[in-house]
Amino acid sequence: MSDCYPKRAANLASRVLRGQAIVMNPVDSSLFSLNETATVIWEAADGRTSLREIVEREICPRFEIDPESALQDAEELVRSLAAASILSPAEESARE
Amino acid sequence: MSSLMESLNQRALDAGVPLGVHIDLTWRCNERCIHCYLDHSDSAELTLDELRGLLDRLAEAGVFFLTLSGGEIFLRGDLEQIVAHARARSFDIKLKTNALLIGPEQVAWISRLGVHQVQVSIYSHRAEVHDAITKVRGSLDRTVRAMARLRTQGVRVVIACVLMKGNAGDFDGVRRLASDLGAEFTLDPTITPHLDDYSSLRDLNISREELASLYRNRSLTGDADICAPPPPVDDDALDSTLCSAGHTSCYVSPHGDVWPCVQFPVVCGNVRDSAFLDIWNSSAQLREVRAIRARDLTTCSSCGHVGTCSRCPGLAYMEGSMYGPSTADCEKSLARTGIPSANMVRRQSLVQIAV
Repeated sequence: MSDCYPKRAANLASRVLRGQAIVMNPVDSSLFSLNETATVIWEAADGRTSLREIVEREICPRFEIDPESALQDAEELVRSLAAASILSPAEESARE
Repeated sequence: MSSLMESLNQRALDAGVPLGVHIDLTWRCNERCIHCYLDHSDSAELTLDELRGLLDRLAEAGVFFLTLSGGEIFLRGDLEQIVAHARARSFDIKLKTNALLIGPEQVAWISRLGVHQVQVSIYSHRAEVHDAITKVRGSLDRTVRAMARLRTQGVRVVIACVLMKGNAGDFDGVRRLASDLGAEFTLDPTITPHLDDYSSLRDLNISREELASLYRNRSLTGDADICAPPPPVDDDALDSTLCSAGHTSCYVSPHGDVWPCVQFPVVCGNVRDSAFLDIWNSSAQLREVRAIRARDLTTCSSCGHVGTCSRCPGLAYMEGSMYGPSTADCEKSLARTGIPSANMVRRQSLVQIAV
């Protein structure tokens, strides 16, 4: 999972409001509010950046958390967002 | 409303962010509904480039919920491009349409672009009644076929039924039609008057007795006892902001005018002359609207219904003052509870004095 390349699902509605992302899936009208950490991962989930890189570059410096703990939490988050169909953890980086 | 939506609205209110914007893309229409409040002018609509720029500014301002309406939006040949740009800017997109012009090609892009919801007005399950209201023969059949196509592609469809004289007894039929189509159903007993003539269309309103009957129909209202007398008025009620118009939502006309709401025709600025966010943050008119609390209302502040009334500030403005009552909502409070509003008592006493 840590070597996955998380990518936001297509056709979602999303907006960041005061550092917290709101995401709506029009397929089933499910609405999500992400906390600050999840929002950072969400915004970085371009399908070309690995989860490990996102954690090391965006999470650890910003939230002063050790990489292994951060990575475990990030993997858990990606799994839950994938289960909700708003993120997909691709095994390879998406082409430009 | 879900607790997450309530939380979202509160966050937007605290941050001063316009969470939702309704844009009328055109006032032209291919129907001529007898209750319509628009004049169907077709002058100087925002161009595709202007709309793309506006959508960019709205996204930057934090707008999330985008409603595209009219008139009839499918009369715009560039509608798909407008919606595509809205998708690229990650809006939650809702379309309002009579669906007469929705064929297989339109269904395909509506589905492909992830439109969240298409709302369609249906006035009756009986063609002779619906078509008499739209003044287009065959409109019910065409609209229903379009909705069926949308549903086969999994697009969420909401049927909105506006009640008026002539269709007041048909809402159950419309609700069944919605169920058969797998669509949601909403009911609205309010006729919005012409934007420049509050007294217009009044004769189309359903009777007080019919309105009262709706509020007592448990299949419509659920288990909530909405007919109970209002609770005592407290400071929370008097300090309330009344509605989202101008607080977390606003409206843009086909010509770029910004209003607090689609039925609150106060021009707060024009996006052709000023940046949207400048209008939203600095318009004197919006600042005034935002400053109004229930305790500031001339008649309603002393009314027992002030905490539970559905008072629309736009209808109040069209009736005479944004600080005044909305008699249409007084009628609703009376129909619900049997208790006349302070406005109704005052008007009755004026009539007695005149006599």
